Amino acid sequence: MQIDLTVNGKRASLDVEPRLLLAHALRDYLNLTGTHIGCDTSSCGACTVLLDGVSVKSCTVFAVQASGHAVTTIEGIGNADSLHPMQEAFWSAHGLQCGYCTTGMIVSAVDLLQRNPDPSDDEIRAGLEGNLCRCTGYENIVKAVRAAGAAMRSGEARHSVNELMPIHPPREEPPPSGEGIIPQQLQETKA
Amino acid sequence: MIPAAFDYVRATSVEDAIRLLEQHGDDAKLLAGGHSLIPMMKLRLAAPAVLIDIAGIPQLDGIRVSGNRVTIGALTKHAALAASDDLRKNAGALYDAANDLGDPQVRNRGTIGGASAHGDPSADYPAVLQALEATFTLTGKSGRRELRAADFFRGMFDTALDPHEVLTQIAFDAAPNSAYVKFHHPASHYAVVGVAAALTLSGGKIGSARVAITGIGDSAFRASGVEAALQGVTASDEAAVRAACAGAARGVTARSDTFASASYRTAMADVFAARAVTRAASSR
Repeated sequence: MQIDLTVNGKRASLDVEPRLLLAHALRDYLNLTGTHIGCDTSSCGACTVLLDGVSVKSCTVFAVQASGHAVTTIEGIGNADSLHPMQEAFWSAHGLQCGYCTTGMIVSAVDLLQRNPDPSDDEIRAGLEGNLCRCTGYENIVKAVRAAGAAMRSGEARHSVNELMPIHPPREEPPPSGEGIIPQQLQETKA
Repeated sequence: MIPAAFDYVRATSVEDAIRLLEQHGDDAKLLAGGHSLIPMMKLRLAAPAVLIDIAGIPQLDGIRVSGNRVTIGALTKHAALAASDDLRKNAGALYDAANDLGDPQVRNRGTIGGASAHGDPSADYPAVLQALEATFTLTGKSGRRELRAADFFRGMFDTALDPHEVLTQIAFDAAPNSAYVKFHHPASHYAVVGVAAALTLSGGKIGSARVAITGIGDSAFRASGVEAALQGVTASDEAAVRAACAGAARGVTARSDTFASASYRTAMADVFAARAVTRAASSR
């Protein structure tokens, strides 16, 4: 059946089976693969998107239910040229390792700060209860959300990936000779 | 996981939903927030031929407090209940349950009516709504009928809702001294044991107590022995409250699973009943 929804501010018209899940519509029909599917059982939160501005698990919403509504995915939160403060904070505070949960985690954290711009650490943990991470142990995720909250409250400008991670300029000097970096002891042995 | 194929229609009003239910017969299911039904469909434990989406019906959403009566539309989301100051003051048990249910994303989508109509034996609301002695309004072709919570919840995934009826609202008298406390499963967040208590207090002593327990047996139940034993107990006397809550699940066949054995569930019923009573007695 025909559905019409707004995804990241753009209108999208799709012809879908009613049983198509929103997560699959986003990934397979709209190529928005930043929305990940983890557990597929409404537990892990990797598939979290904003539906009319509030966080939902897109593996537990049919695409037809979203017809007439607005969806925001991680691609609509920020991009490489203009990172959302939450994306920047996850980068700078090391709020991720493998990255699988990260997109859903960021969308949930953005929703959390919409409702509570200055949450305590306990409130951050409770607010992210619907998102599971198997790498970080959550400590740095909490730090990232705290840092993003501070940045958003002070209205800091967005940065691009290039600003934050510039490619190292080529060296003008030739690399040091091998001997220079061999410890004294070993140099003697070698001799 | 891909559910079996189905047809999807949207109802614009309660009357429209009833008409669609009549038209599509017993193979149709109502879809509200979908957070009970969709997981079951993905597991193919449910395969309705038609889903009638009632989520857009405006009259069914909202919390109304009128005098001593609290009325909640069936499509009210858990998140709205969890954020309601009216509810915190007038029905702490329901406020507690909504705040401790699922996780933020689930609360943003799931509804009180959908969760209740699902009849899950580990759900929170069946205990809360029995302790609050709530009245369920069911609307069908031939009009409305009202059922007490105790008659609505019939057993495991079984309620008194007729396949051609819509659960439209849930109402109860304000219970300012009420609370819900649960031991939640760490993955599903469903209640391993959950206890709702609603008290009347007079000079620090418990006048009457309504205590209902979920997660233990096939369906939530009132702990009538505990209710009787709590009468006249000084609410701040923790030892006396604990003594009154002993044997809270007596006579109930407890379920066992890999997470909690039947005897553990039964033991935790006493512990959580006492905690619920103590919390209900404290001012909110």
